[in-house]
Amino acid sequence: MQRHVSLYGLTFSLPLLIWQLLFFVFPLAFLVALSFWTVKNFAMRPDFDTVNWVTMFSRPVFWQAYGTTFALAGGAALLTSVLAFPCSYAIAFKLSDTARRWAVFLMVIPFFTSYLVRVYSWQIFLSDNGIFNVMLGWIGLGPFGMLNTVGATMVGYLTLSFPLVVLLQLFSLVFIDRTLIEAAHNMRCGRLRTVFEVVIPSARVGLTIAALFCFILTFGDFVSPVYLGGGDPTTLSILITDTTKSGQQWPRAAVIALTMIATLLVVAFLAVRFAYKGRSK
Amino acid sequence: MTRRTDAPLSVTRRALLATGAAALATPMLSRRAFAAPTELTMLAWYGHAEPDMVAEFEAENNVKFVPKYYTGGDNMLGLISQSPPGTFDVILSDAEYVQQLNAAGYIEALDPADYAFDEFFPEFQQFPGHWQDGTLYSVITRFGFLGVAYNTDALTEAEASTYNVFWNEKLKGKVGHFDWHLPNLGQISQLNGNAIPYDIDEAAWEAVKEKALSLRPQVGGFFDYGGTFSSLNDGQMLAFAGIGDWITGTLEKNGAKVRSVIPEEGGLQWTESFSIGKGSQKADLAKKWIQYVTSAKGQAKSANMAAYPALIPNQKGWEVLNAENPDEAKRQGMVIGQSNVMDMIRNGRIQYRQLPIQQDLETWNDFWSEYKGA
Repeated sequence: MQRHVSLYGLTFSLPLLIWQLLFFVFPLAFLVALSFWTVKNFAMRPDFDTVNWVTMFSRPVFWQAYGTTFALAGGAALLTSVLAFPCSYAIAFKLSDTARRWAVFLMVIPFFTSYLVRVYSWQIFLSDNGIFNVMLGWIGLGPFGMLNTVGATMVGYLTLSFPLVVLLQLFSLVFIDRTLIEAAHNMRCGRLRTVFEVVIPSARVGLTIAALFCFILTFGDFVSPVYLGGGDPTTLSILITDTTKSGQQWPRAAVIALTMIATLLVVAFLAVRFAYKGRSK
Repeated sequence: MTRRTDAPLSVTRRALLATGAAALATPMLSRRAFAAPTELTMLAWYGHAEPDMVAEFEAENNVKFVPKYYTGGDNMLGLISQSPPGTFDVILSDAEYVQQLNAAGYIEALDPADYAFDEFFPEFQQFPGHWQDGTLYSVITRFGFLGVAYNTDALTEAEASTYNVFWNEKLKGKVGHFDWHLPNLGQISQLNGNAIPYDIDEAAWEAVKEKALSLRPQVGGFFDYGGTFSSLNDGQMLAFAGIGDWITGTLEKNGAKVRSVIPEEGGLQWTESFSIGKGSQKADLAKKWIQYVTSAKGQAKSANMAAYPALIPNQKGWEVLNAENPDEAKRQGMVIGQSNVMDMIRNGRIQYRQLPIQQDLETWNDFWSEYKGA
């Protein structure tokens, strides 16, 4: 069967194609090319040398940062999903239509303010002389070192991704066929068991995509590890800035960035495959 | 027969033309007042093109500065290398990067006769790196010292007067690093007794690395410019390596309980100098700015710059500062006729911060990444 390319079809598909070429394919291709350039006396020179790849991949600090970043992003995806689920479940099943609209609105509000500002404001809560420690002091506890820790980084990750994860989970939960839940209850399935045996499997796509978005956002985040984690431990985003900060080593930073992109593509592919597993049957 | 001329509002052609010409010519009489200000682009650390520094010069010369602020020498080099020649009229640089700017051909040669070097302390009249084969490329405008920054509630000045304080048990997790290898590793090198901290052989470099790694358990974080300010201000970090009065001075003036001290092992010196960008179309105006900011009046302003204070190399600038703002002159140790900051330089307690001489910059940077990840 021969396919015809119509003007009508092109009108709608070309802008997307041009957009993708301009803002995704070309920059990505340039990033790949850049990773083979060399740097001499602070000046980048077009070249085709694998030295940047060899150097970065042979450095233990790179793999250490890679492992740290992967673990932190994975942990954030899991933690955010677990904490967001009761929230999105309650919004989907327990609230009236009006209350649900308000809840969705409240989840959108955080996006009105800068993420950087929100993270900086957490410092006021988490520092040694901050609000939390002052309140704990009232009952004779603390002070506890909360700022510049992995826990604080995780708080930042939650600030970044929690509202989005709730919304994505919610969109999946509201479309669950309610008759399935009623059927489970009719068959004397308990509430908790219904959640695990009916609700979660039915919303698997949304829950997985929500966790995936959380992973993607936190894997590349620079703000929370620096301003709440104190830059310790080093994540890949911090390593990129370290690499560019001295000696103009943008080609090596390109190697790190490309490794991050490749990782995210693999994770996204596996997550989508898991999400839609068995759905075509 | 007479022609009627009694129309009260009639306007002759000649009168109309005369009035119109006068109206059109009026702005020309005060053309300068109506002319748009000339834009002068400045590449600098934050603060140098803010109103407290440039408002007077802008008003006097009908100039408007267009600043592009950077966050470090490498960032500056990157911005220049990615811009066409002539993009930046005035370039502020730390001393160690002037040679890089010159080697890459980014800055113009200057005529020393244009600047008030005779008013400068002798140490700053032929500042290393600013001259190449007898030609001047950059004019020093301010400098400062890096030592031990500390919280005055947590440490006494005597305790903070050695780099060894960073290993103090009560500072565990409370030592911060300004996230740049050059000042931090330079200080460790000074602690190890290296007379010129950046000119060290392989054995001494290995010793610096080993000493640095022993400090790692004490470290509470690695901070950028903003993070350094906030973590010192809120007492999150009680001691800081790699900085000096350029950070703590600003905080101290705003009431924070922090100070900097030059330890017994010696301190490091940073400098900032102005150059004219290669290919600048407004080189004369750029020169005028450098003349202004290195004059006694401009120097007094520079010492008390709102973004971060600094020491100044112009002796007459000291006089103006002492007359206008004696408290700040005293706070920074720029009082003439008393023990002052110049004595520290002359006593050999201060060494220049510079790029490593016997190792590649890359070697130092790579170790810094490893140190952070340790």
